Amino acid sequence: MNARRPAEGAETPRSTYREALREGLREALRGDERVFLMGEDVGRYGGCFGVSLGLLEEFGPDRIRDTPLSESAFVGAGIGAALGGLRPVVEIMTVNFSLLALDQVLNNAATLLHMSGGQLNVPVVIRMTTGAGRQLGAQHSHSLEGWYAHIPGIRVLTPATVDDARHMLAAALDDPDPVVLFEHGSLYNEEGALDTAIRSVSLDSAAVRRAGTDVSVITYGGSLPKALAAAEELAGDGIDAEVVDLRSLRPLDDATVTESVARTHRAVIVDEGWRSGSISGEISARITEQSFYDLDAPVQRVCSQEVPIPYARQLEEAALPQPASIVAAVRQAVA
Amino acid sequence: MLLIRRFEERCVELYSAAKIRGFVHLYIGEEAVAVGVGQSLREEDAVVSTYREHGHALARGVPTQAVMAEMFGKATGCSRGRGGSMHLFDAGRRFYGGNAIVAGGLPLAAGLALADRMRGTERVTCCFFGDGAYAEGEFHETANLAALWQLPLLLVCENNLYAMGTSLAREHAQTNLAMRAASYGMPAWTVDGMDVLAVEAAARRAAESVRAGGGPHFLEARTYRFRAHSMYDPDRYRNKDEIAQWKTRDPLDGLEGILRTAGAVDDGVIKRLEEDVTTEIDTAVRAAEAAPYEPVTDLLRFVTSTPGSA
Amino acid sequence: MGEFTMPSLGADMDEGTLVEWLVAEGGEVARGDVVAVVETAKSTIEVECFESGTITELLVEPGTTVPVGTPLAVIGPTASRGRAPSAAPAPVLTGPALTTPLVRHQAAEEGVDLQAVHGSGMGGRITREDVSRAAHPAPARITASPLARRLAESLGVDLASVKGTGSRGAIKADDVRAAAGAAGEGPAPAAPAERAAPAGPPPPPAGTRAAPPPGDRLAIARLMTRAKREIPHYYLSTVIDLASALEWMRTENGARQVADRLVPAALLLKAVALAAREVPELNGHWSDDRFVPATGVRLGTAVSLRGGGLVAPALADADRMPLPELMATLKDLVARARHGRLRASETADPTLTVTNLGDQGVETVFGVIYPPQVAMVGLGRVTDRPVAVDGMLAVHPTVTATLSADHRASDGADGSRFLTALDRLLQHPEDL
Repeated sequence: MNARRPAEGAETPRSTYREALREGLREALRGDERVFLMGEDVGRYGGCFGVSLGLLEEFGPDRIRDTPLSESAFVGAGIGAALGGLRPVVEIMTVNFSLLALDQVLNNAATLLHMSGGQLNVPVVIRMTTGAGRQLGAQHSHSLEGWYAHIPGIRVLTPATVDDARHMLAAALDDPDPVVLFEHGSLYNEEGALDTAIRSVSLDSAAVRRAGTDVSVITYGGSLPKALAAAEELAGDGIDAEVVDLRSLRPLDDATVTESVARTHRAVIVDEGWRSGSISGEISARITEQSFYDLDAPVQRVCSQEVPIPYARQLEEAALPQPASIVAAVRQAVA
Repeated sequence: MLLIRRFEERCVELYSAAKIRGFVHLYIGEEAVAVGVGQSLREEDAVVSTYREHGHALARGVPTQAVMAEMFGKATGCSRGRGGSMHLFDAGRRFYGGNAIVAGGLPLAAGLALADRMRGTERVTCCFFGDGAYAEGEFHETANLAALWQLPLLLVCENNLYAMGTSLAREHAQTNLAMRAASYGMPAWTVDGMDVLAVEAAARRAAESVRAGGGPHFLEARTYRFRAHSMYDPDRYRNKDEIAQWKTRDPLDGLEGILRTAGAVDDGVIKRLEEDVTTEIDTAVRAAEAAPYEPVTDLLRFVTSTPGSA
Repeated sequence: MGEFTMPSLGADMDEGTLVEWLVAEGGEVARGDVVAVVETAKSTIEVECFESGTITELLVEPGTTVPVGTPLAVIGPTASRGRAPSAAPAPVLTGPALTTPLVRHQAAEEGVDLQAVHGSGMGGRITREDVSRAAHPAPARITASPLARRLAESLGVDLASVKGTGSRGAIKADDVRAAAGAAGEGPAPAAPAERAAPAGPPPPPAGTRAAPPPGDRLAIARLMTRAKREIPHYYLSTVIDLASALEWMRTENGARQVADRLVPAALLLKAVALAAREVPELNGHWSDDRFVPATGVRLGTAVSLRGGGLVAPALADADRMPLPELMATLKDLVARARHGRLRASETADPTLTVTNLGDQGVETVFGVIYPPQVAMVGLGRVTDRPVAVDGMLAVHPTVTATLSADHRASDGADGSRFLTALDRLLQHPEDL
């Protein structure tokens, strides 16, 4: 994907991540009348983070459906509506709030197909904001996508680029099984060139966002821009870092990671989740399992400090992976 | 009702013989609710149930053989052996299961009703749950959401007076469940859950009102389970007199009395019904015994629709 | 001084009834001994104590129910009127080693003398691990990345010779590449640089100083073919009674630290070296159509490698080296040979080679002489055989020693003298 350049003569309009998500929603709503959006303040308010701004006017209150603050009920209703033949897109304000609906995600969405012996598909898409970096304190800032990635039966996506923000939703709606899509709060205002040559994206593969030969920096979501910034800084010192964007935390694309590590022989994993019991731990374990004899240095991890994310700026910044800490970890790996 | 009663009595026997394992929650004593409500629903309607759902499944028409095979964990079970007693499913009959998270089925039922409403159908989604679920947030969230959106949802609370071992008065500050449901802005009333004809009449009235666009309705069926919460529990939380008193109101005896009085059945008919039911259950047990298990090589089937994608 | 208390035999056990004492006051107990029977709500269980000593007092009568943790008995230090442990000699050589038949079998297979093994199991029992450790002392661990290890193997680089530049001195892939590059340019840092003897004219003695590197079958083939083609071998054999040698060794080992204990192979090698000094016709090289006797004994010891192949590192001055030193040197050489970490000098110019196939289970070895040496001593398995002692039949440990010798350099009489000397030397192990 990274290698794909816009086709000759194709437009490359600028878009923010937020606008790209909205375009994805608009396209889905236009293309399939079974699709509808529901969640807290998705309608009149325009979405807590402004993603669905303007959609109510275009599609009406039936399909852009404001819900009460009842995460369990409206997520469960999304699952039920999917069973009933619709293609619901359920928005949860933040991953912290999604814990109120975790019962429905785990015990119903992820489980029904298997528990019913293959009878009941649940084609629901659940979107939510994740991550820190905006001084929102400990109850709006955590990165719990790794928890969701623990659950068999759901797909976990982490779009990090405007192209993925634009196109992942359509692919997610095509999936007959539940998909949970994490939008990192710090990405909404990120602007990038939208590749109009891309019509759809695969959900199964990770992407090499920057090719390099010395070390594989493996990351996803809101940490991707930080990893790329770190790679640029390292390039100045002659360290050529490859940056892999996982894109999907479940399933994990082992092949892309394995191939990258086979080229670079060193891996640094950047994950905004806490280190203990994290997706970074899972990735590290898989590298050891699958790429052991390619490794020329111990795998390094850059994770959030194990603390509830604090409010004050300097504390919050210190708690999160930053380009400087990624640079330091890479230096350690190539030392 | 007779089929449900005899089916579960056979389950007790099979459980004791270790043919059936896991948690098995018996419905004995509550059959009038499943049957009465079941009679009020149409084929195109949907049913969402609890973990005490053998009766709901059988009343919905899920084949006895498929339910029994599921109890045995066989490949011919209605959930291919992956569900067991608490997770019976039949998508074709719109029986959306056996949900073993207390109140977990309620939001799901609201979603099914929402889909029907958005698609303009005249279908009703019926959700069974107990007095225990009434204390869960998911009940109240769902009641509010359904009333707010005027969803075609029939909420049937099977109030058997005990949430596992905790009596109604020990778990609810206000035990008038129908009154509290009405506060969400939906019609709500209480019916004698031991009287199948009364249940049917009340459920029919509610279901047709829901179907006609009247929004969600709440029906509380006062009932009682004659046996323990799960297969065997010490039943220390109920006194024997109370159980004996409720048994005098056995819904099967009640119906039989009415039918005999009306001259609709006599000893011969009852005997024939018993024989038919016994034959049906015998056949189901034999079929379940003979049925194959799902191969372990298929363990990971149905985790996702596309193998290996999650 | 300690207490024996009512144990908790389950998370749900609050109290227990003492049913029976299995010890009496004044009795000695060891940690792990069953001392009482206790009844719980669920069952009757024999319980053990966790201290050693003497039961000085029983505090609770049988039939009494007490809460978990209640002291039941007092255990004092072991009474001093009993054995005085400080005065008693260490019970090393008394009786057979404490172990199982399986471990005995393993020890026999691995050529390990159980008397010399320290038991780490219960009550000093010798375990399989103990035998394995005695047979294969662990080499020092090299810190290297997985990629570096893989690369070293494919480039034929000896990691022991590579200096690591990674954190904590770890060897990285680049270090291996650098070492491989250096090996190609400069003097060989490691033994494997010594490759197969070239075909064509026989190489000078130095050409055979190193045994072929592991896996280099072709080199072995060439060397052995040449040996059989050029050297007129003659063979002699004798069975040597090792009873006194091994008995002496055991006594000797009793006074030694575990790590310094002797093994039979060391005695045999020393005896061979001394015999070689006595019969110089067998110790030297055949060069330019004549025999050149060596000035000292550099005893080659053939070591078969686990991955296949042979090396024969040399024990310099084996005839002069005291036994303990010879033992230590031998251990070190074998371990390093098996890990491909011999120094070039250590494989250079043996004057006589010993091949000991005893650990492979055979009784007799007729070896092929490594040119340009003129003899090869073969040693088989040390095995019990019936022997006549003073007109009586006895069963003694024996070994079959063979001599393959070059008829150009020596005659049968020389060879016989050698084997006779070897036998005699082994009957007087204290002089070795």
